[in-house]
Order: sequence, then structure tokens, then C-alpha cells
Amino acid sequence: MSSTRVPAEAPVHAPPVLGGGGQGVIGRALGDSVAKMDPRRLSRNPVILATWVTAALASLSLIDAAITRQPTAFALQIALWLWATVLFANFAESVAEGRGKAAADALRAARVDTLANLVGEDGQVTATPAHQLSVGQIVHVAAGEVIPADGEIVEGVASVNEAAITGESAPVIRESGGDRSAVTGGTTVVSDWIKVRVTASAGSSFLDRMIAMVEGADRRKTPNEMALGVLLAGLTLVFLIVVATLVGLGRNAGVRLDPLVLGALFVCLIPTTIGGLIAAIGIAGMDRLLKFNVLATSGRAVEAAGDVDTLLLDKTGTITFGNRMAVEVISAPALPDSLALNAALMASMADETPEGRSIVALAREQGLSGALPSDARPIPFSAATRLSGLDAGAMRWRKGAVEAVLAQLGLARGALSPDLDRAVDRIARAGGTPLAVSENDRLVGVVHLKDVVKPGVKERFADLRRMGVRTVMITGDNPVTAAAIASEAGVDTFLAEAKPEDKLAMIREEQARGRLVAMCGDGANDAPALAQADVGVAMQTGTQAAREAGNMVDLDSDPTKVIEIIEVGKQLLITRGALTTFSIANDVAKYFAIIPAIFVVSLPALSALNVMRLHSPQSAILSAVIFNALIIVALIPLALRGVRYRPIGAQALLSRNLLIYGLGGLVAPFVGIKIVDLVVSTLGLV
Amino acid sequence: MTWTGWAEIAFTLGLSAAAGLPLGLYLARIWQGGATWLDPILGPLERGLYALAGIDPKAQQGWSAYAISILALNAVGFFLLYAVLRLQGLAPFNPLHLGGMHPALAFNTAVSFVTNTNWQAYSGETTLSNVSQMFGLTVQNFLSAATGIAIAAALARAFAAHRGDTLGNAFVDVTRATLYLLLPVSLVFALVLVALGVPQTLAMRVDAATLEGAKQALAIGPVASQEIIKQLGTNGGGFFNANSAHPFENPNAWTNLIEEVAMNALSFGCVVAFGVVSLARREARVLLGVMLALVAAAAAAIYAAETAPTPALASPAAQAAHVLAGPNMEGKEVRFGASSSAVWTAMTTGASDGGVNAMIESFTPLGGGVALFMIKLGEILPGGVGSGLFGMVVMAVLAVFIAGLMVGRTPEYLGKKIEAREVKFAVLATLILPAALLGFAAVAAVLPAALKSVSAHGPHGLTEILYAYSSAVGNNGSAFAGLNADTPWWDTTLAIAMAIGRFGYIVPVLAMAGALAAKPRLEPTAGALPTDGAQFASLLIGVILILGGLQYFPALALGPGVEHFQMQHLIGR
Amino acid sequence: MTLLRPALVLVLALAAITGLAYPLAVTGLAQIALPDQANGSLIRDAAGQVVGSRLIGQAFSRDGYLHPRGSAAGQAGYDATASSGTNLGPMDPRLIARVAKDATALARSQALESAQGSGTASIAPDAVEWSGSGLDPDVSPANAAAQAPRIAAARRLPLATVTEVIAAHTEGPALGFLGQPRVNVLAVNLALDALHPPGASPERRS
Repeated sequence: MSSTRVPAEAPVHAPPVLGGGGQGVIGRALGDSVAKMDPRRLSRNPVILATWVTAALASLSLIDAAITRQPTAFALQIALWLWATVLFANFAESVAEGRGKAAADALRAARVDTLANLVGEDGQVTATPAHQLSVGQIVHVAAGEVIPADGEIVEGVASVNEAAITGESAPVIRESGGDRSAVTGGTTVVSDWIKVRVTASAGSSFLDRMIAMVEGADRRKTPNEMALGVLLAGLTLVFLIVVATLVGLGRNAGVRLDPLVLGALFVCLIPTTIGGLIAAIGIAGMDRLLKFNVLATSGRAVEAAGDVDTLLLDKTGTITFGNRMAVEVISAPALPDSLALNAALMASMADETPEGRSIVALAREQGLSGALPSDARPIPFSAATRLSGLDAGAMRWRKGAVEAVLAQLGLARGALSPDLDRAVDRIARAGGTPLAVSENDRLVGVVHLKDVVKPGVKERFADLRRMGVRTVMITGDNPVTAAAIASEAGVDTFLAEAKPEDKLAMIREEQARGRLVAMCGDGANDAPALAQADVGVAMQTGTQAAREAGNMVDLDSDPTKVIEIIEVGKQLLITRGALTTFSIANDVAKYFAIIPAIFVVSLPALSALNVMRLHSPQSAILSAVIFNALIIVALIPLALRGVRYRPIGAQALLSRNLLIYGLGGLVAPFVGIKIVDLVVSTLGLV
Repeated sequence: MTWTGWAEIAFTLGLSAAAGLPLGLYLARIWQGGATWLDPILGPLERGLYALAGIDPKAQQGWSAYAISILALNAVGFFLLYAVLRLQGLAPFNPLHLGGMHPALAFNTAVSFVTNTNWQAYSGETTLSNVSQMFGLTVQNFLSAATGIAIAAALARAFAAHRGDTLGNAFVDVTRATLYLLLPVSLVFALVLVALGVPQTLAMRVDAATLEGAKQALAIGPVASQEIIKQLGTNGGGFFNANSAHPFENPNAWTNLIEEVAMNALSFGCVVAFGVVSLARREARVLLGVMLALVAAAAAAIYAAETAPTPALASPAAQAAHVLAGPNMEGKEVRFGASSSAVWTAMTTGASDGGVNAMIESFTPLGGGVALFMIKLGEILPGGVGSGLFGMVVMAVLAVFIAGLMVGRTPEYLGKKIEAREVKFAVLATLILPAALLGFAAVAAVLPAALKSVSAHGPHGLTEILYAYSSAVGNNGSAFAGLNADTPWWDTTLAIAMAIGRFGYIVPVLAMAGALAAKPRLEPTAGALPTDGAQFASLLIGVILILGGLQYFPALALGPGVEHFQMQHLIGR
Repeated sequence: MTLLRPALVLVLALAAITGLAYPLAVTGLAQIALPDQANGSLIRDAAGQVVGSRLIGQAFSRDGYLHPRGSAAGQAGYDATASSGTNLGPMDPRLIARVAKDATALARSQALESAQGSGTASIAPDAVEWSGSGLDPDVSPANAAAQAPRIAAARRLPLATVTEVIAAHTEGPALGFLGQPRVNVLAVNLALDALHPPGASPERRS
């Protein structure tokens, strides 16, 4: 799988940078599929290896026929089509790999060896080639320079262009401390400067790992692929037995079977379709993830994603927009509605927090146009009073937690009018936050701040539920608030007042019950949970610790992406299952084509089995072999694209796929072989 | 075909499945070591046996220890039976002074009865003394059945386990299945059979002077006690050569019904018990439904085939003599006719019993072909006692693997993830059958020494060969009986085929059970494929038929297939 | 080897229980409670001599007797120590030829008898096809009915009498649908003899 050639057409830095493909892919794949004819490279795939051996034996029998001056046209065609079967299988794998390689080339272009400004212990800066940096060293990177290695910012703030990796050209802010301190080698500092402690030596950097992953250099078979491999190898053996013993059974019936024909029967029966496409399906699954700008560290992770039983989601930013927004203002009794609204507006006029801005927006929406008075004195939020507001002239507007406002007004909790008290309760029960608003010395109303659930989230969770994935919302909110949002978002359950260690404990508990858990996270304190989860999706913007702990990295840093990841995982398994079923179901028709063809001369009674009314015994056998080879090519697009996945529940999905790939697999070859037979006999090939 | 014929088929199958329910619930209690109303009598006997044999009944065995214990029990059983058969001439109660079996036949017969096959290359009434029938064959009828039941129990426990490492105790399972289930049921129904006319005496011959003045010696013996366990344990080895077609083994429609129900009820019962113990009653119901549906389809197909015109009855000469064109009565008894023979044959070939109440070799190509196909499907419909259940579970594992992929999840069956290890053992188990079956058959099909024994020419002769090895590998025991099987080649290869079909299957199944036991038992989730409904049942049927069909299509086409088409041609249809 | 003792002792002990205690217990109980069936449902003549078993067919060839089905038990058929079917396949030329020959002969003799009375009956399959055990004690009612004219003629009995005897020994299917209706050959012949002692007339058929 070594490739250092750079195709001219490979897309470079075109977002999305990964998963790109192009015309060059096909050309390269053709070359690769010939190179893969080396039987040692086929040893991983017993079905195709068996086909290779059969093709080789067919070629020997062809040579033998040529030497002994027997007719060779039929033998030649069978041998060629058997080789074509191997070639097509290789081609499928190469096309899938080619897409990854193109992406890898694009990444490799970003890996330029720069000179790094190594900061010594004494503060002295020396220019050092990037590849000589070692873990723990500090480098200084200024605006315009390429970050020489993966690292953690120890000092400074900078905007960094990470297009080389994410394909996103807008720069992102990176700063020391907190959850946005990781930088990636190969990205460029656009403004300011930073000091970076190197966390990965050359060759094992994030970029390097990405390249290796994308190329599939260390692609290992996943557990499920292994299980399927066992089944396919078993079927291959069964058919070897069936075909080998047919020699004896046939002779008993007075038929001496041509080894060439037996070889053709063998290749037709063994599951060459799925055998030829299985590698491509796996690679294409990774590729589809790349298209979503998600990078998996192993195929195993992708497969595990399809199996996830429980999905942990942080409330903030994933389920809700992250900021609470004002949705209504409730006036105190006997006051005009507009008074409370206006007070809320004035109290928020100078408040630049998202909550404050949302109150202003709400007031404007409801027709208020109050401007900032010229003598306005903003009162910023202070931890002591837990209030913010505005003073203008004699007027004082405040807003804050109900208790805080009451305290400021010197009132007891019980002083709240019954109507407002009920409103406060209602808001809290609905998962919102009630903000009291005061004007001068009286409490004029309550603002309902609400966590707004992202649109469409509820439907996604319903889809997930149908596919058997339980969603768990993780939030620091109190249980009442959490319950309200959980029910609005349609998650199955929630974990309220959650501390980071609770998340880890929950994952362990789920796993102890045999469930597979997926989560996403970005903070350093998420790292243990990310490592524990079966599918841990780290945000590219997150800390280096998180990125190391997860087995996937989302380059877009979109926490909802984990849902797509699950779908890709499922699609991967479904594609494998569907094509396996198709492949096995195909055998029925091939039997009906070949068995009567082999025996009809000696046992004319068997012509009753020639239900396809194929032209002649030779055309029947050749047509089955040709169909068997061409079906691989025909199914490559499906293998790469994946079988369509729909969240319609397991039973409906199975019925649908059984109908299409099971029944279709039974019927299609009857039609296909008949068509090939018509072509073969019309062209007079046999 | 008549409505009474259809009614008989439906009633017999329905009754056998219904009888499986109480038997299964009782068996589940035996597996779980629960109390039964026989404890006061059998409890002391059971504990005495363990004390005598030095068995700690509480000791639990992992899969390999379990497998080795089963193999040890079967090995001892083999040597005991071999010795009894060889030394028959020296044993008492042998008024006819029958000599011992020759080594090859004794080997064949000992393997045959130990493996629950009961292939008989000898004729019981002229070869065996009553001591050999009782202390030799009847013993193995019990123990081989108990072996199958024990392994079913181990598999059920594997599914029930949550990260477990043991499957139970093989010695205890075999002992309890024998003492608490097989023995009491046999005792009661042996007496019922006697009441209905089956002999039970220590005499071996009765001399009669017929009405026309001829002498007729009647072979007789302790038939009933062997007949019931032969059926109940899906053994099938007859006291007499003609097996249950013999009027002393099966004198009338009532004994026929009892023997039919007995040969399937316990196999269904094992499924029920599996459902109880593995906490998967609904899934067990699906397995039972699939078994019942397929054996019913086979019975219907055989009934239709056996009532259709045959070349002998439809020949111009026969038609000129006004012979009714059907049913095909060659090899059938008048008291049974086509319908009793059809349902029995479907049940005996589906259940690995192998007892016959009509001679299958004389069936039409389709009738005999369906019987052959039932055996080739792996003896899971409902299969031998215990062995049918675990064979069906292997099929379910394969079905669930393919189906699980198609819904996008790593497959689960009964709360256990099906991964490479389980698939490996399931594939190994299913691979071993066609390998042995087709391998031996292909050699025999061209070997002159083997072909000498074949009684028919052309495709029928090939079917005779295929049937013999299918019967051996499937541990069925029925035959296209025209084959002269007592030759060195056939005695030896059939014995090897029987041993492979039995132990080559049991060991991978136990290994699979070990792997399954070690896994956590998962709670079902909405995303997993339901394995307790009609959808999974039809999928399972599809997998069984397609897998069986793909393995044996060429063989079936060359044997019964060619013969059928030739026959259609001959009778002008 | 720790497994040897458990395996050895257990098999021997269970063998004693299932191979000796069990069958002997069944034998004892059966001999006490059900001696007729346990000893083979034997039929004795007035002198106490066993003439056969109700359950086991025996050969009859005289015209005055109801004839059983063809038998492959032993060399001559109806050897009750050598039960067997023919095991001929449906396409076996031997079977086809045998059925053709027997059917033709039967038709001819029936035609002969029908000249004296009843019309030409069709031949039931069990009249020309042989049983599985070779010891089938029964024939089908149709088979028996077709033989009635011959028996009546040989015994110089009214056909109706013979038909009555046959009907009296015809058993329907159990519960009306289990198994087939059948006529016990030995029972019919014993009844015929009781009606009309054998010494009186039945001549051996050539």
C-alpha cells in the first residue's frame, strides 16, 4: 500500500479536504488491482485466493489443451473470466483505497518540514528543523509561521488557520489553559504568537496518524469482519467439498467431469461477490466518515459505532443552543404588561451576555423601541449582588435571580405575589430560569429564560430510539430543570448535576450491563470518559488530552455529529450483510445453470432443471462465470456508497433488505445469466 | 390423498408437539436440579450412583471438561456394547445359541448405538440374543439419548449464564436425564405398548402350525421395553429387521401413534426446556414452530408423492388389469397406508430416529428424496433428543449473524453477542457434516468394493449410497435397505461417518457453548433484531433450506432428481 | 485419570438399571397383567396348538382362503424369523415386471370369477405390491372384496356370507382417521374355517 506518487488531480485544501476523490483514483486503482494479483497479498482473503488458484489451474489446463491441440476457445474464455474475477475484486479494493490515498496526499502536502524556533531552558531561541523536535520541548511560533509539531499552548493566544486539517478556512482562536489549548502541527498561526510545548515527536503526530489512517496503512480486520471472514471461508470449504465430491458422484452417474468446468462451478459457488467487495466496504465506511469530516483511529471504532446502545450527550451545545433565551415576560398583577417588559429591556440594555441580548431581542420583537438613555449608568453583574441592571436619572432597573432581587428590595421570599410565585414555579418546573425584574423599589415582573432545544433534535433522537440507541443527556442543571429539557428534547434519560467523574461512572455502569457507549467531549476532564467509551468522539478544537483519549476526532467540532457516526457504522454492517446475502442467494441460479449443463448429455432427464433454457451447456457455464465476474463490478458503487440506511426499526429494515438483497439475489442471476447467455450465443463465443 | 390422511398427519404432528410441552417443562426442572415427584424413589438411587462412582454432583465443569466427560462416558459405553456383541455366544439366556458378531459388524453396531444412530447392518431376530438386545442395545438407547439431552442442557445454561465459565456437570446431566425422564416414561409406555399388542417375553421363538399345515416360527422377545426407548430416545434401532413395520413392534394405529409421538415429543420437549432454562420462551417457541412447519411440509410432500401414480402401478399391463394407480403400497403395511407411512417417515428422518414403518427404498423418488433431504438438513426438524435442539441453535446462530448484519448491529441471539468465535464453531459444526457425508459417498460411488453392496442401478443406486452416508452422518439410522451394509467397507466407513457426525458436531457445539457462557447476557434493546417472531422464523427456514440446498443440490439432482425426471418420462407426464 | 472411575462406574450402573432391571421389570409386569399380548397375541386351536399370531401374517394359497399380500420375509415369504420388505425402488424393472405379471394373473382369475357373478373390480395396490415387513397380517377391504367371489366359489358358499365374514373382521381406522381400514387375513380364514371346516372342500390351487 505504499504510495509516494502524488496524483496531479488530487484535490488539495478543498473543503471538505478529506474523502475527496477524483478521476485519478480510477486510473490509480486499475494499476493497483494488477499489482494486487500477487497471491501473497491475497492470503488475507480466502475466497479471492481460491479464485486465484482456480484461475491458475484453468490456465494450466488451457496450456495443456493448446499443447495437445484440443479446442481452446472455451477454455481460454473461462480462464480469462476467472482471472477477471480476481482482477475485479482487487479493483474494488483499490478504488476504495484510492480515495483515501488521494486524501492522504493532500494531507502530506501540509506536512512541510519547517524550521522551528526552539526555546531553550535559558530562553534562548535556536532554529531547529521540525523533525528533530522532541516531546517536552518548547517552541515559539509567531504570526505567519507554521506550527512545527503537535503541542499544547503554554503561553499566549493566537488565531490559527487549521484548513490543512479541517478544510475550514476561518481561523480559530487557540489559547493557553482551558479546553482550547491544543494545536496541530502543519497548521498556521495567523495572528499574534504562542509558545507551544511539543506533545508528539515527528512521525507520530496527529497529521501522521491521520495520513496513516486515511491510507489504511495499518488497516486491521475488525471483529465483525473476522466473523464474516470465517463464515465466507467456511462456505468456500463447503463448496470445495461439494465440487470435489461431484467427481465421484458424477462418475457413478457415468459422467467424467472436465476439471475446467468443475473449477468454473467452484468459483461460481464460492461467495466471490462479497469476498471481492468486503475490503472495499470497510474502507468505504471510513471514507464516508471522512466525508463528514470525522477521523476514526480504527475500523473497529467505526464498527462499534454501529453497535452503540447508549449515547451520552452533553446538554449544552449539543441538545440546546448553549445559551438560555428569554421567551416571555410576566408582569406583576395590576401593572400594565408593557411596564415589566420595558423594565426588563432597560435592565438588559447594557448587558452583553447572550441572556441579556435575548431579553432585548424579545422586547424589540414585542414592539418596544426604548433607546439607551444618555445618562445611563450600566450596573454590571457582580457575584456579591448577583444582579445586573441600569441606572438612568432617578430610575433604577435590576434583574437577577428571584431571591437576589427580593433580597435587594429587602423582601422575604413570601413577599412575592401569589400570581408571580406561581409563574416562578411554572418556569422552574418547565426547566427554565426565572429572572426577577425590578424597577426602582418594586418587583415588576419575571422573565422566563429558557434553554432552547435545537430544532430537529427530537426527531433525531426518535430515529435513534428506533434503531435501539438510548440517549442520555448529561447536564449540570438541577434535576427539575434537567427533566424538563430532557422531555422537551425527547432523550430517554438524563444525568443531572453531573460532575465529570459521574460521566465516567455512568459509562462504566452501562458497559457492565453489556452496552456499548458513545459520547463526545472536548475538555481535559472529558479525557477519562472518552477513553472509557466504546466510541469517544473528541472535538478537534478540544484539548490534546481529549484528542488522544477518543477513538474518533471530529474535525468540525460539532457534537451532534456522533449521530451521523452511528449511522455510518450501521450502514457499514448493513452493506456487508446485504451483499453477503445477495452473494449466497445467487448460488441457486448458478446451480440451475451449471448442473444441467454438466450432466445433460449423459442424463437427459436433468434438462428439466435447465429452467433458464440456456443456449448450450458451454454457453450456460460461461454465462454463469461471466455473470459472477461482472456482478462484482456492478456492485462496486453500492459497496462504496453503502446500502441505504433508514431508521425504520430492525424488523422493517430486515424485511426490506431481505426483499431487496435476499429475494433480489435469488432472482437477479436468473435474469442476468439468461441475458449473458443470449449475448454469448448471439456473438457465437462458444 | 384423502381428508382422513391429512387429518392423521395434522393430528399426529400436533400431538407430538403438544406432548413436548409438559415433557419440556418437566425436563427443565430436571436440568435445573429442581424437585420432582419421583424424588422419594429416585433421589436415594441417584445419590447412591454418585457415591459409587465418586462424582461430586455439585462440581461444575467448563466446556472442555464437560466435553471430555461426555466423550469418556460414550467411550466406556462403546467398549461395553462392543464386548456384549462380540461375546454374545458366551453369555447366558441364548437358547438359539447365536454366536458373537464378527469384529467389523460389532464395531459398526457399537458405534451406531452409542452415537444414537442405530444403523443396523444386521437383522435383529436372527443375530441377537435377548441379553444383547437388553443389556447391549437398550442400555445405549438410554445413554445416547441422555447424552444428547445433557448437551442441550449445557447449551441452555450457556445462554442463561452471565459471564459464566461452567456449563454444568456432564455426569449429573446424563444420570438425571436417564433416571428421572427416560426411565419412568419408558416404563409406563412400554406397558401401554404391551397392552396394545407388543410382546414382552424372555422367550425367543414360538412355533406355530399354520392353517394350511405349514410350520411358522415366530421370532419374539422383550420387544416393548426396547421399542419405547427406541422411539423416545430417537434411536430407531429395531428389535426386528423390519423395524416398526414389523407387526410385533408396531401392531396397529394406536401403537403407531404412540411411537410417532414418542419419537418427536422429547425433541420438542428439549426445545421447551431450553426456552425455560435460557429464559427465552418466546424464542424457543419460534424454534419449535420452525421445526414443526418443516416436518409438516415434509410429511405433506411425502404423502403427495406416495399417493401419486408409480411406474409399477401405472404400467400399461397393470392399467390393463385395472390396477388403481396409487397409493404406492410397495414396502408399506396395509394398516398404515400412505398417510401413516408419510407422516412417520417425515418424523423419523426429521428427528434422526431412523425407525421406519415402511421401507423408504421403495418410496417414489420424491418421497424418498424428501426423506433424504430431511436427513441432510442436519437432523434438526425436530432432530434427535437434545441434538435437534443444539443443531437448530447452530442454525439460528448463523441466521442471526447474517440477519444482524442486515440491520446494522453486531448480531445477538438470546442476549449473547454472536462474534467470530461463535461463528467459527457454528461453521465448523455445519462443515463437518457435508465433508464426511459427501466425502465418503463420492468414494463409495466409484469404489468397486463398495458398489458390490448396492442393490439398484442408475440414480437409485446412487441414492442408496447417499442415503447410507447421510443416515450415518446425521445419526439417523434409517436406510435404503436394499444396500448390503455388512461388508468391511460399509461397516467401517459408516461407523466412522457416524462417529464424525456425532462427536465432530458435539465438540464444536460445546466449545460454542463455552464461548457463549463467558459473554455477558445483554438486555434486549429496540435496535436488536427480534428473534421471537414470524419474521425470524421465516428467515430461519430460509437459511436452513438454502444452506442445505446449496450443499446438496448436485447430489440430490443426480440421485432422486434424475430418478424423478426419468419416472415422469416413463409414466408419460 | 480422574474421569475413568466416574465414567466406568456410571455406565455400568446405568447399564444394570436400564439394561436389566428395567426390561425385566417390564417383562414381569407384562407377564402378570397382560399375558396374552406379552406372549405374542397367539391363537390356539381347539387342541391348544398355536396356529399363529393375530398380528403376524402367514401364507395362504388355497382358493378357499383369503390370500395375504406378497411377502419378502425369508426365501418363501412369511418367514416370521426373517422380516423384510423387497426394497425394490419404484423404477426397478423387477418391481414393474412383477406387478405387471401379478396384476395380469389376478385380473384373469377375477374375470373368471366375475363370469359367475360380480362385475370386474379394480385391483387394489396392496394386492400386487408387497408389504414392508413381509409379515403384514392384513389386506385392504378392496383387496379382500375382490377375493370374495373366489373364496365363495371354492367353498361353495353364497358370496354374501363370505362378504359378511370379511366385513366382520374389517377394522376401520382408529378414531376414524388414524391408519387405514384393514381386514385381518388369519381372522377371516379362521372364521371361514369355523363356518365351513377346511377338510370339507378347499382344494389346492394349481
